[in-house]
Amino acid sequence: MNSTTAKQFDLDQINVILATDCGSTTTKAILIEKINGEYRQTYRGEAPTTVEEPAADVTVGVVNAVTEVGELAGRKLIDENGEIIRPVEGDTGCDIYISTSSAGGGLQMMVAGVVREMSAASAKRAALGAGAIVMDTICSNDKRLPHEQIQRIRELRPDMILLAGGTDGGTQKHVVQLAELIAPAKPQPRFGGTYKMPIIYAGNQEVISFVEETFDEDVKLTTVANVRPILEQENLAPARDAIHDLFLEHVMAHAPGYNKLISWADAPIMPTPGAVGNILQTIAEQEGINALGVDIGGATTDVFSVFDGTFNRTVSANLGMSYSVSNVCASATLPMILRWVHLDMNPRELQNHIKNKMIRPTTIPQTREALVFEQAVAREALRLAYIQHKEFATTLKGVQQQRTVGDTFSQNTSGQSIVDNMKLDLLVGSGGVLSHAPNMNQTAAMMVDAFEPEGMTILAKDSIFMMPHLGVLAQVHPKAALQVFERDCLIYLGTCIAPRGFYRTGKTCFKYQITGNTINQSGEMMCGEMKLFPLAQDERATITVEPKRGYDFGAGSGKRMEFEARGGTVGLILDARGRPLMVPAEEKQHLAQLTSWVQELQLYPDNHSK
Amino acid sequence: MAKAYSPGLQIRQRVLHSSRRILPIPGDVLVKVGDQVSSQQIVAQTFMPGDVTPINVANQISVAPSEVPNCMLFLEGDEVQEGDILARSKGIFGFFKAEMTTKTSGTIESISHVTGQVILRGAPLPIQVRAYQAGTVKEVIPEQGVVIESEVTFLQGILGIGGEAYGLIKFACQNKEQDLEAHLLDESMQGKIVIGGARMTGEAVKRGIEIGVAAIISGGMDDEDLKEILGYDLGVAVTGSENIGTTLIITEGFGDIAMAERTFSLFKEREGAEAAVNGTTQIRAGVLRPEIVIPLSEHTKSDTTSETKSETEMGILEIGVPVRIIRDPYFGLLGSVSQLPTELQTLESGSESRVLEVILESGKTVVVPRANVELIEG
Repeated sequence: MNSTTAKQFDLDQINVILATDCGSTTTKAILIEKINGEYRQTYRGEAPTTVEEPAADVTVGVVNAVTEVGELAGRKLIDENGEIIRPVEGDTGCDIYISTSSAGGGLQMMVAGVVREMSAASAKRAALGAGAIVMDTICSNDKRLPHEQIQRIRELRPDMILLAGGTDGGTQKHVVQLAELIAPAKPQPRFGGTYKMPIIYAGNQEVISFVEETFDEDVKLTTVANVRPILEQENLAPARDAIHDLFLEHVMAHAPGYNKLISWADAPIMPTPGAVGNILQTIAEQEGINALGVDIGGATTDVFSVFDGTFNRTVSANLGMSYSVSNVCASATLPMILRWVHLDMNPRELQNHIKNKMIRPTTIPQTREALVFEQAVAREALRLAYIQHKEFATTLKGVQQQRTVGDTFSQNTSGQSIVDNMKLDLLVGSGGVLSHAPNMNQTAAMMVDAFEPEGMTILAKDSIFMMPHLGVLAQVHPKAALQVFERDCLIYLGTCIAPRGFYRTGKTCFKYQITGNTINQSGEMMCGEMKLFPLAQDERATITVEPKRGYDFGAGSGKRMEFEARGGTVGLILDARGRPLMVPAEEKQHLAQLTSWVQELQLYPDNHSK
Repeated sequence: MAKAYSPGLQIRQRVLHSSRRILPIPGDVLVKVGDQVSSQQIVAQTFMPGDVTPINVANQISVAPSEVPNCMLFLEGDEVQEGDILARSKGIFGFFKAEMTTKTSGTIESISHVTGQVILRGAPLPIQVRAYQAGTVKEVIPEQGVVIESEVTFLQGILGIGGEAYGLIKFACQNKEQDLEAHLLDESMQGKIVIGGARMTGEAVKRGIEIGVAAIISGGMDDEDLKEILGYDLGVAVTGSENIGTTLIITEGFGDIAMAERTFSLFKEREGAEAAVNGTTQIRAGVLRPEIVIPLSEHTKSDTTSETKSETEMGILEIGVPVRIIRDPYFGLLGSVSQLPTELQTLESGSESRVLEVILESGKTVVVPRANVELIEG
């Protein structure tokens, strides 16, 4: 069966769920079992992904990872023919098997639209939301000449192209002009020389026939509803669905072994980042909160956000901790990385270390110095990825704003970022450097330094990177996905409380009072100071803050606020370093300040004095 | 538990090696199974559709896009030469006619009545694929390319810059610890594949480009030097298309690091032989490492003893196997595995990891994470 739609199940009869995520380098498998009426994640295994020679069959890696899970669980999951056993019979088999994939570099797309800020931006949002890496955006106003645009299309080898442009009934000429650029470029797909390049048209519906005329039989053209039917509205779902379908039918079907994997899966295989976005949306909707998720990988950093119900996702394609670590250093610059390093290091050696990590990406830090440096790089990768996300996650551009007298002094315009740190309720970190940090305080510190949350923000991490699995599970069995997400996936680190406002040397930032079952503290925070208070996993505490003028916790400058903070493995962090966060420029003062944060947050407990 | 170590770079004195030489789009294969080919022989070729020039005819002769087809003096599929009048407007009562001439030659691919654009396609662009590895054509993949096979000495580097190059192997350094400096290169190395020892300096690379060496291979390189040579900071290890005037390959890594003894001595054995190198590196899914392929002559074949290590023996991490440590604090040191404890150990960084014990060449024993070693294969 080519599974492009989920099979129907009696959900109450589902007791054992097997899920895999075929990553670029590693295939991860998890087992979810119903224990005492609740779904819990129980065992985990992994094995190298096998899309390359000599195996050249993704299912080999899947079988290896699943076999490891089976051995750990004492459950036979693979039969004599090397296939997954279903349904459950005693301690054999599973009821559902699902999978996500980013093997082979994930889904790589090119998008085109008439105006960069409008239809092209909507097309890009649709592609990113579907879990694609957007390799380039072609539009009428991208400042390239037509022949340069054609050359670019010829050079890239995307898995598919999404073409948008014009509102319904709007411009015709510019849309067809874009099609006329793409068609003669004769874009070649990345996999296989024999299959046709999928092109999705999601633009002005009145020019469909002209667009169809423009393309010949060398491409597979699919037409869906306009991503921007009117200026004030986006309609991304049809394009996203088409991307998912074509990903399964064309791209994955041409990758080695995927046909077999697709036939095994009980629900459509999703691109990994698409699945992570799904679970984040589900949790934000369920809890009625604004949430931000980040997955920092070896090659890319994905940022997901749900603010006031609007979901956005960005992929920073060359900001990662192994394959693209050198690019992080090139983009951020070494001095910016070293502002997070409290130890003495030789810049020339560091630059060579960075390159050595790039060429041997699977190595791990053995020494304390290497770990401190790697975590400093991670802060910058996260910071840069977040900047890109904020710039992209905006309200619709090009929309006329109806203004009243009351808006006279408001500077709001269309195209403003909808990401607001003050409104952020939950910040979830995922990916090796965050999930596998030796000390969870390090995870929390990296996230606070990179994202600079304001007001009150709960910090959490994905325990073993199972958000992709749960994202695809949410499509089949939402209840099981949510139960596992809440109980086994998220590890609450604690809460960060920080005001917006500039750092002022030697000044008081805010007063605080903390009241809880096990904690009763009050005091004053000086600018640049950080404090950590223990607050256990299931504990809550009430925090009252009184900021000085110029500092804002969400109620306005100098206004008192009260929060209910959630505990976690790290606790409660009070952060008076100011927002935007700046570290002192003078070296001695900088080192002293940095060391005080490291000590207060107990980041490297055995090595404070170093 | 999954394997954590990196499969090592292949360093093989004698191995039956095959190269797959494939066209990017379908074309013609020029050789047949069993043919003997030399490294620079063209084995397959094709023509890419020519470059495209879009011409906005409607704007240029000031007519509505829908009128453009009627104003055209050529039809779709017609060939036009530079200077030909492509279109002429009807004018007003037959007067004030506007016309436009083409600035490029090509074939008219399409005439749009919606945008008023004419797409002109230039002459097809030839793409040729060379054999790269001298040997026998083992397989022909119709319309796509060939597989060439021969017994070769095969070495992989860790990172390369630039694409394929050919030449005779010539040494510039006396030993593997010697840095490759500018004064060690001379005019006799023009068109050769120059072998250094430890770090190749930026000055040496500039001198090599000046002389016109085909490729430079050495143990290490400084990041600053690479940045200067390229003119930019290499962000991701996806290389091969650089055009700096030569091909560079480092065999060990960045910094002051000597070439591995086995690599250096194997080059020494093959000094003077004709080799093909490829600096193309892709450290992503589907890893490609730079390589040096030195076909064995009939004479060499009879002289060397065949390596019998089978594919199944490769890549196994066990006590006694030689490894290279690939991360500080022991970066670049070589040794052999002496212990493989199964339980996780806490590293100095605080992380828990599976480790192994390595006896270094100096006799010292060190404990390192399994992820931080690679096998020395071959």
